[in-house]
Amino acid sequence: MQKKNWKAWLYLLPAIAFLGVFMVYPLIDVFVYSFEEGYNSASQTFWGTGLYNYSYVLHDPYFLQAVKNTFILVIITVPVSTGLALLISLGLNSIRRLRDFFQTVFFLPYVTNTLAVGMVFMILFKKTPYSDGLINLLIQFFGGRPVDFIDGPYWAKILVMCIYTVWVVMPFKILILTSALASVPQDYYNAARVDGTPPLRIFTRITLPMIAPMVFYLVITGFIGAFKAYSDEVAIFGTNLNAAGMNTIVGYVYDMLYGDSGGYPSYASAAALILFAIVLTITVINLMISCKSTQF
Amino acid sequence: MDYEKESLRAKRRGRVRRVITYVLLSIWALIVLFPFYWMLLTSVKSYSAYNAEYIPSFFTLSPTLQNYVDAFTTVNLARYFANTVIFALATTAIMMVVIIFAAYAFARLDFPGRDLVFGLFLSLMMIPAELVVITNFVTITNWGMRNTFWGLILPSVTSVFYIYLLKENFEQIPEELYKAAKVDGTSDLKYLFKVMLPISQPTVVTIVILKVIECWNSYVWPRLITDDEAYFLVSNGIQEIRENGFGRENIPAMMAAVVVISVPLIVLFLIFRKKIMAGVSRGGTKG
Repeated sequence: MQKKNWKAWLYLLPAIAFLGVFMVYPLIDVFVYSFEEGYNSASQTFWGTGLYNYSYVLHDPYFLQAVKNTFILVIITVPVSTGLALLISLGLNSIRRLRDFFQTVFFLPYVTNTLAVGMVFMILFKKTPYSDGLINLLIQFFGGRPVDFIDGPYWAKILVMCIYTVWVVMPFKILILTSALASVPQDYYNAARVDGTPPLRIFTRITLPMIAPMVFYLVITGFIGAFKAYSDEVAIFGTNLNAAGMNTIVGYVYDMLYGDSGGYPSYASAAALILFAIVLTITVINLMISCKSTQF
Repeated sequence: MDYEKESLRAKRRGRVRRVITYVLLSIWALIVLFPFYWMLLTSVKSYSAYNAEYIPSFFTLSPTLQNYVDAFTTVNLARYFANTVIFALATTAIMMVVIIFAAYAFARLDFPGRDLVFGLFLSLMMIPAELVVITNFVTITNWGMRNTFWGLILPSVTSVFYIYLLKENFEQIPEELYKAAKVDGTSDLKYLFKVMLPISQPTVVTIVILKVIECWNSYVWPRLITDDEAYFLVSNGIQEIRENGFGRENIPAMMAAVVVISVPLIVLFLIFRKKIMAGVSRGGTKG
């Protein structure tokens, strides 16, 4: 028996070692960093402890811009993508022919390198001296005025960012919702049909309550994912997001750590912890709402 | 109101609804596919033809492969590609070893504190990567592992979620099989490799594919840990190409690089479509 214990820990050793070094220790360390004032990564010294890093980050205009961008992104893309995914999944669920084909096509963005495909979105929306770009030509065709979506006004850049984010997150949502819809027992629909229930009522009284837990799951993961947005923005606007005014909170953390603006792990830690606090608060609120409304 | 008329009207209404459904689904399919079509199209247009088009044409009559030649000769695309393959395969291989042993210990071996340790493992799933990446960056830098494959690989060779997934799978294998093997004098290790792994093969394959996809698309950690072009992965390579590669104007060559980077994953997806979609719906979190 004793020998077996020893063996079990041996099997677990690699996992525990890696998790300890790259998960548990950093988790403690990030708090330590965030309270060390004036930390110098070259000499590994600091001159005090306190809340200065937090106050610096909260007063940094780049951080405030990043928070604004991130919140706009979250508020727009989560409802839009969830609603759209629900609509598409309902459509998918009601057809038989070509269903496999559509499901495969809709899942494609999930398996593509978002950095690479973001580049395609960039050239579709970009206005260059040679050409206004495809999207602008479409806008002109319908009588609008061309806009530079990549280097132009703020709202245009936000719009491209949101469109691309929705495009990227849809596959996961469609996948989850179609399997949720498929698992609603057919008997319920048959019973409703016998009673002559109108389709809208079937949707609000049967379908929606049955898939509500999955919708909430998607909303919660959607919020978390959107708050962590970063690489999609890099894909469209390039690595210098601060200059483009399109940075996100996660982007701010990484810029503080590395690159031309980097070398400040303390500021990065403080910003990361602020982000974590925001995400945690919103997730708890989401969970409270979903607990209240899925009880029936 | 006779029955026949009523049922005819219902049928017509159903048909109209079906047509609308197909139209809407086709529109979304078009939105999804169009960027792929556009990158493929642009990648075979010649540089001069592309820049001469004020209104981009939707097809080309003189496709050229010159851009692909450029993509491999003017920038180090082949290097980025090879790096990514090495990184993805090595990370996945090491991770599989780590998680198979951990899942085996949790599923099959009885030892004091097992449930407590497993609970602690699960609680680690809630930690966002953004929190730990800062210290990991400092750790790897202190170990002198920047611009090395080890620096790229080490932080991502464990996944609590995959341990959990595999453990669930291992636990479904009946206890009797283990006892029978014990009676025959099979060692624990031999049992794991000869019985448990073959039975759990579908889950193992799913995990491998999901991990390879994750590695192929990883951007943040490689960017932090490499600034030497010799160790760039495709995601960083494509940013490098965009910012100082062909020059900003050579979009066809850029699109050729994008196609080269995207194709392996799309092929992988088309082969393992069912497995990937089932795996993601069980535990994907992107979105």
